Amino acid sequence: MWYLCVFYHRLLDYRKPEVESLADLFGAFEDKQNPDFATQNRALEWRLPKHHHPDSPFHFVNLPSEDVARNIANRSILVKGIYELWGEGSSYEELKEAVTSYPDERKLPYLESESTFKITVDSFGKVMSLHEQKTRIWGLSYIPFKGQVNLKNPDHNFWLMETDDNATTNGLPPVVHRRIFFGREVGGADRKLIPTYQLKSRTYLGPTAMDAEMAFLMANQAQAAPGKLVYDPFVGTGSILVSAAHFGAMTMGADIDIRVVRDGRGPDCNVWSNFKQYGLPMPIALLRADNNLPPWRHGLKEVFDAIICDPPYGVRAGGRKSGGRKLLKGIVGPYTVPDDKRADHIPSTAPYSLLECVHDLLDLAARMLVMGGRLVFFYPVLREDDSVGDHFPEHPCFKLVATSEQILSSRYSRVLLTMVKTSSYTEELALAARIKHLEFKENHTKWLENGNLHSSVFSPADIESGDLKVSKESKPKYRGKYV
Amino acid sequence: MRLLTHNMLSSNIKGVTNGFPLRIEVEKVVEKQVEINHDFLMNIFPKIDWKAFFDASRVMGYVELPEEAPEPSVLESDLEFLRKFHHALLELHLEEGALVCPETGRKFPVNKGIPNMLLHEDEV
Repeated sequence: MWYLCVFYHRLLDYRKPEVESLADLFGAFEDKQNPDFATQNRALEWRLPKHHHPDSPFHFVNLPSEDVARNIANRSILVKGIYELWGEGSSYEELKEAVTSYPDERKLPYLESESTFKITVDSFGKVMSLHEQKTRIWGLSYIPFKGQVNLKNPDHNFWLMETDDNATTNGLPPVVHRRIFFGREVGGADRKLIPTYQLKSRTYLGPTAMDAEMAFLMANQAQAAPGKLVYDPFVGTGSILVSAAHFGAMTMGADIDIRVVRDGRGPDCNVWSNFKQYGLPMPIALLRADNNLPPWRHGLKEVFDAIICDPPYGVRAGGRKSGGRKLLKGIVGPYTVPDDKRADHIPSTAPYSLLECVHDLLDLAARMLVMGGRLVFFYPVLREDDSVGDHFPEHPCFKLVATSEQILSSRYSRVLLTMVKTSSYTEELALAARIKHLEFKENHTKWLENGNLHSSVFSPADIESGDLKVSKESKPKYRGKYV
Repeated sequence: MRLLTHNMLSSNIKGVTNGFPLRIEVEKVVEKQVEINHDFLMNIFPKIDWKAFFDASRVMGYVELPEEAPEPSVLESDLEFLRKFHHALLELHLEEGALVCPETGRKFPVNKGIPNMLLHEDEV
């Protein structure tokens, strides 16, 4: 059945992938005949209202049942609501006609005298006064509402939503024609989560802690759920795992910096306390380990249901791996730790380029994820580089199912990649992956080498060419996913 | 560190071929209650190396586990076993101590419940 799906006008690139991944989690694709992940078409059908721009917050989506629709809407972060559409039109006369001709057997069960209801008037691209809202509600008197009005806790929520034909300015998508929707709410996002989990009230924070909204989006892409085990190899202060734990998953995290995972800033300000703060179950394990040389036992595979992380790209924080200086000054042989100093020795670390880091991450995920498990991570992209498109890292065990860009500055953005494991890990595939990686490295990743990304992001602009001025002037009024 | 973690870790020092299971040196064990999650236990059960798990539970002072791994179906039928498995896997913590590489004797310290698996420069 087709539903009207209305989004919050934020993070435009993240909206549909979130709904698709939740649809998959709630079984929307389950009774497909084909059990093979690699070739299955696990995508939803989408449609736009008449004359709407793809960036419009209004979309139609085809979902198998109302239960699936409700589950998706209630768990999502960016869905304002999913509605059973009773009618739409470009004027109130057209709307009346549409609602009146909508079949009674779909309407009457929700209009009964024992039930309570509420009508909300909402607009996109303009503000309506209370008086205007009231007039519009009275205008719906042709619908035979028999129930009682209850504004606090109604059984049924009805929405009247209106867009104007002049909403082309102020960063809003160009809507050409006025459109009015009336529908019954099936479910909507719990945005209260975001203020509850916002970083400014988090006790233990690091410089690259993931903000709450994005962390929830990542957990949704990873389909975190009760009974699943989620791993973050760059756990830091645990900000991503907190969101996975909120959705009931068991969590496990590793970091190369022992001060972050073990000590924090004291007994009540550490990774554990971040979970305690929200009454969430503690991580199953935190450990100090190096993503370059993971300490997992030989033969251990397919234990994690998802791996979610924000790898260090060297813009705000650089990656480190073990095996620092090999030679000490004046010593020609390989670096060795004297036996009597071994116990308390603090090993030095070496820089870890993003390229190597991503390769290790894919290799780890290929081995340690269950079939159908998800790898969700951020990958930086330089925006001047016109050739972006399909230059994301690949692995023969994985299928890339979603890419969502978030622009961070005029120079670079980060893309959230969601990959699903579709083949089990074998030595041959690992070898094929290494070759693919070398090719990738050869062809389009000069900037991923150590420090290059940092300098591309922070080096002073070339003022002489005047491109700074030009780009400011030519900035379009509507900026799409730049909002 | 829970025994689940112990069951997953090995010594990855360069040249070590058999780094599993790590021997546990106990200084302090604590118990922390964890809510039983049946699905999770079912999922993780087949991935446990039972011998290492059994031995580790003994070292941690827990003697209720059977020496031989039971059939996975037991998790459905025997609640008593499920509870014991859950307790040994997730509720026993090595708070202070060390994990010792069975081949080289290298100690990986465990402080405040966090195992430090980072290698020295000459072990990479």
